[in-house]
Amino acid sequence: MATAEASSNMKKVQVRRYKPEENADTNYLNAESGLRSWLLTKDHKRIGILYLIATTFFFFFGGLLALGIRMELWTPAATFIEADTYNQLFTLHGVIMIFLFLVPAVPAILGNFFLPMQIGAKDVAFPKLNLASWYIYMIGAIGTIFVIFAGGIDTGWTFYMPYSSTTGGAVTFMSFGVFILGFSSILTGINFITTIHKMRAPGITWGKLPLFCWSLYATSIIQILATPVLAITLALVGMERLLGIGIFDPALGGDPVLFQHFFWFYSHPAVYIMIVPGFGVVSEIVSTFSKKTIFGYWAIAMSSLAIAFISFLVWGHHMFVSGQASLANMVFSFLTFLVGIPTGIKMFNWLATMHKGSISLKTPMLYILGFFFLFTVGGLTGIALATIAIDIHLHDTYYVVAHFHFVMVGGMVMAYLGGLYYWWPKMSGRMYNETLGKISALLVFLGFNVTFLPQFVMGAQGMPRRYFNYIDQFQGFHQVSTIGAFILGIGFAMVFYNLVKSLFNGEKASANPWNSRALEWQVASPAPPHNFDHIPVLIHGPYDYHKPMADFQLGLAQTNGHEPEMGTHIEADKEVEMKD
Amino acid sequence: MANKTSTHAHPKHLYHHFIDSEQQFSAAKMGMWIFLGTEILMFGGLFAAYIIYRAWYPELFTMASHELNTIWGAVNTVVLIGSSLTVAMAIKSAQLNQKRNIAINLGITIALACVFMVIKYFEYTHKFHLGIYPGEFYTFDGIEHPKANIFFSLYYLMTGLHGIHVTIGIGLMSWLLWRSLKGDYDSEYYTPVEITGLYWHLVDIIWIFLFPLFYLID
Ligand code: HEM
Ligand SMILES: [Cu+2]
Repeated sequence: MATAEASSNMKKVQVRRYKPEENADTNYLNAESGLRSWLLTKDHKRIGILYLIATTFFFFFGGLLALGIRMELWTPAATFIEADTYNQLFTLHGVIMIFLFLVPAVPAILGNFFLPMQIGAKDVAFPKLNLASWYIYMIGAIGTIFVIFAGGIDTGWTFYMPYSSTTGGAVTFMSFGVFILGFSSILTGINFITTIHKMRAPGITWGKLPLFCWSLYATSIIQILATPVLAITLALVGMERLLGIGIFDPALGGDPVLFQHFFWFYSHPAVYIMIVPGFGVVSEIVSTFSKKTIFGYWAIAMSSLAIAFISFLVWGHHMFVSGQASLANMVFSFLTFLVGIPTGIKMFNWLATMHKGSISLKTPMLYILGFFFLFTVGGLTGIALATIAIDIHLHDTYYVVAHFHFVMVGGMVMAYLGGLYYWWPKMSGRMYNETLGKISALLVFLGFNVTFLPQFVMGAQGMPRRYFNYIDQFQGFHQVSTIGAFILGIGFAMVFYNLVKSLFNGEKASANPWNSRALEWQVASPAPPHNFDHIPVLIHGPYDYHKPMADFQLGLAQTNGHEPEMGTHIEADKEVEMKD
Repeated sequence: MANKTSTHAHPKHLYHHFIDSEQQFSAAKMGMWIFLGTEILMFGGLFAAYIIYRAWYPELFTMASHELNTIWGAVNTVVLIGSSLTVAMAIKSAQLNQKRNIAINLGITIALACVFMVIKYFEYTHKFHLGIYPGEFYTFDGIEHPKANIFFSLYYLMTGLHGIHVTIGIGLMSWLLWRSLKGDYDSEYYTPVEITGLYWHLVDIIWIFLFPLFYLID
């Protein structure tokens, strides 16, 4: 058995190299069986799958509501439902898509599954809390859905005061549901930050941390700092309705603009909770499918943190027309422009990564290319909205609707689907159908643009958002948009079909179908029960595409000397293969 | 298997995904610190509301604060600071491997926390008696200010949320007490005592802010 020397912080550490097993007999899916083994699991991978099942369900439910909204808008005024029902549809659609789908999507599914694997850990730092977070999520989610049967809610996902304290329906219930969901998100954030700090395997220095982990780190910071403020804000909304505390309700002497400050202090950073994890997915996929070292590693990593920081200083851009002081408006407008800088840095680095790379246009990469186009439009229209004079005209129009769908669907959902396809072999052990994957990706891209591009035009011409009725001039735009929504819906359904079908008759996946250099691909597919049989020692970086694939074997620390310290730098002078 | 990394025997308290107790302990502590950060932000929302209303209606806060009983507030402050001391002593006892003292100190801490809640109960019921209810239900007419109800909304929200935290603390420490009586904690392993202690100090500190902000305005 050959050994190679490695030194870490002056300590000599023995590192042997080994090839992980292909197609191992036991994996995390078959290690235990039965419903109980899933519902009581503490395995981060299985918890990721639990989240996947739940959020997929809510995504399609929210999607059906969206189709309902679009169908209603086929003609002015009532097409097939009443105005009240319409108000409830868009409220539920927003709440479900934001709190039940987008916030947990990448962190709680892909992050849960791959963060520990990417840093060479057996699990997250607090597996029980991790499972608890899923149950809390489910309780909050069921509460949110239950609102439909408890009178509905028509406030919009923003719960603006004083309407939300005076309207009928189940606002109290809903705010309680979202309050609970917030705790699930907080627990995930605590878990991820601690895991990244404390659980990195030897050799994984901060400089070798995959960018997906960096993005989850930045996201978690936003989650733990912003979500508690949302929690208390919604608790106050509930109290306002139950006790009439009068803090926000002007009828009782309170101040409704204060509510908007509280709400956006969370909800602007929250839009970055929804997009920053997507940035991480993009970094992984771009590098893998361009077969090139990521360009500007530190710039990408640090710009995530910069975005997290700036996101706390810009909430006032939602309140330009709420009677905010004009000085405040100017400051918020300026600070909002600044967000464009770190975001632009990321875009340029990704493009530079692709430059002269050997790009393979597999399905995950198609989604990422879609992301580049759509997110750029979303981000630039955000800058337009941050310009006070323009926003006075565009505020609360379909332009804003198009803007945030370009970032949330065009950005995050694209990145999420790309990530899902990319990691699917590791999660399921199966390959999806590439042709079907590509066709559905194109359909999603096409459907998306047909749905939302007309909304920019309508919005700029003055079509207000959240309106049930409209003047005839807008009908053409609305009808194109509705047709697009159905194309988009078919695209998503095909993605679902493709992935589910692969479970039954997909080709068996090899350990590393993409020849990726990242750690999670160096173990068998589907992932082994405890990820790594031994604590791996990382010798190469996750984006070392300039090194031959044969170099990518895991190191294994010998315990006869010292244990190598977690997260320290490991350097192997001699690299010798080990036969085991 | 020859290439399993871990050679030392696994202590009972060590979870399989940690390398050693040291890593597990520092992870638990870090997790708790982050959680305390979220707590500060959650209370932070209420403190922000307090600051804004106080800046708008300073005279209201001076007037309304006279309705609060400074003596009982001060007693409660002393009680909570005392309990912070005893919980620290419980941790120290664990470090010194004095298993019996862990339980005794936890017991005293729980008792002090209960005293705090009892005093709070009497303060609340006394106010209810006068008609000082939160928000809409406010009927007291001893304060000449149209927004007196908002002051008391804030008072009940902030001390109420704090009270919920004290109650949760009592629950956590009762569980620790039970486990320490079973002899689960010693100098090798006392992580739950340590992190609950951290939580308790935060609860204490929040009260130290609430007391002057509500009782000592002049
Ligand atoms: C370059 C970055 C961005 C800038 C400069 C920006 C700017 C803005 C501005 C100024 C508004 C307010 C428009 C108005 O209400 O009149 C807005 C709304 C919104 N943005 Fe962005 N944004 C950016 C990125 C994002 C991202 C990444 C997301 C989500 C993933 C997002 C989601 C939203 C949402 C949901 C709204 C509408 C909120 C509502 O009123 O319901 N934005 N954005
Ligand atoms: Cu914003």
